[in-house]
Amino acid sequence: MEYRLRTPLSYDDISSLKTGDIVYLSGVIYTARDKAHQRILSFKEENKELPFPLDGQVIYHCGPLAKKRDGSWHIVAAGPTTSARMNSSTVKLLENYDVRAIIGKGGMSGEVSEAMKGKCVYLAYTGGAAAIAAEAIKSVREVYWEDLGMPEAVWVLEVENFGPMITGIDTEGNSIFLEVEREVERRFSEMFG
Amino acid sequence: MVSYESVVDTVAELFMKAETELPEDIISALEDAYENEDSDMAKSQLYTILENIEIARKRKLPMCQDTGIPIVFLEIGRDVKLDFDIKKAIVEGVKIATREVPLRPNAVHPLTRENPGTNIGDGIPDIVCELMEGDAIKITAVPKGAGSENMSRLRMFNPSQVDEVKRFIVETVRLAGGKPCPPIIVGVGIGGSFDKSARLAKKAVFRELGKPSEYEEELLKAVNSLGIGPMGLGGKTTALAVNVEMAYCHTASLPVAVNIQCWASRRASAILR
Repeated sequence: MEYRLRTPLSYDDISSLKTGDIVYLSGVIYTARDKAHQRILSFKEENKELPFPLDGQVIYHCGPLAKKRDGSWHIVAAGPTTSARMNSSTVKLLENYDVRAIIGKGGMSGEVSEAMKGKCVYLAYTGGAAAIAAEAIKSVREVYWEDLGMPEAVWVLEVENFGPMITGIDTEGNSIFLEVEREVERRFSEMFG
Repeated sequence: MVSYESVVDTVAELFMKAETELPEDIISALEDAYENEDSDMAKSQLYTILENIEIARKRKLPMCQDTGIPIVFLEIGRDVKLDFDIKKAIVEGVKIATREVPLRPNAVHPLTRENPGTNIGDGIPDIVCELMEGDAIKITAVPKGAGSENMSRLRMFNPSQVDEVKRFIVETVRLAGGKPCPPIIVGVGIGGSFDKSARLAKKAVFRELGKPSEYEEELLKAVNSLGIGPMGLGGKTTALAVNVEMAYCHTASLPVAVNIQCWASRRASAILR
């Protein structure tokens, strides 16, 4: 199945997605990598309010390459980064915020699939497809935490028909990546015992 | 005669070319993979990759937002006379490329993680020199992305463990799974010393794809039989190639390094006389 969704997302928007389904997103997405995740969690610990909302929103594991032109930011290239680096921080993030979709590449751990149950989906964007991604990004709405450096800052991106993405983890906790991993492990043991 | 300015300009141009145009041998391997895959999911990933390569080339845009850490291979002919600081020229070229291509400022202090924003820092750009015959300098720019680099491994085996080398190589690919943006290129360095094996592995990664040796073919077959597939979503193409470079080593040791490269195997070379 192919879905075209608009942010912010409700649970109903994502609950019918099954692994393998194709998704295109329009609206607003928030980039966050290692350091942004750490800062979001430290804000939570210190009971400080985040400068941007996360409930109902979409997080994009991405460190964009941007250029300032005539005083405003312009996205040059913005493909996904390896999601697995954010495995443990994502579990904590999902405990505290109703993030509805996480976009990334390479898949996430079984703990993350568990944490996503009844709450969130993982959308796999083709790794390295940064030029195509940049085409679907219409503007930079805001940049938060620029002190973290260009790749690690939180970029609020306005996107149109951002995709194609594959539903890698659905709201029942099924994961294409874990399925493939299990089969790969089986074949490896068959080869080497 | 090779001048400071010509090295600066060449380095900047080579990074521009490497970031925006994938070498023909890699594109054709990706096209073959697309033809060879059966599943729609694997095909769709390869289709998107090929489309992305085409857009990047046409619009002169970096094909991936991870424009890598700058590495420059220098092959210097022994008859070349240099009357300037070539290292400084390369640093200057990287600075220009960072501004003009542009390159994402990726280089940070390893512990404080402070980012100077220029892709310049102690030891970066990484300049790897080799002496050759002749009177020319060959400069190769290889921006190396971190997603694949992070999946690399090195192990010092005992000499009695020769039979375990293949398992280690295939296991490295298995542990990497979909994380390094497959289809990957696997660079293997066997022998030498601790650091030599790593350098051989990196050299192997950036070797132009050609006819594989029997050993390389055997390794590629093993790697692809794992079924990780494009982007780890399953499929026949986990790797486009396994390239192996070897060197003699100490009788008491057996170093093996495996360097992983994503499909965006970017490299561009020029020869200066």
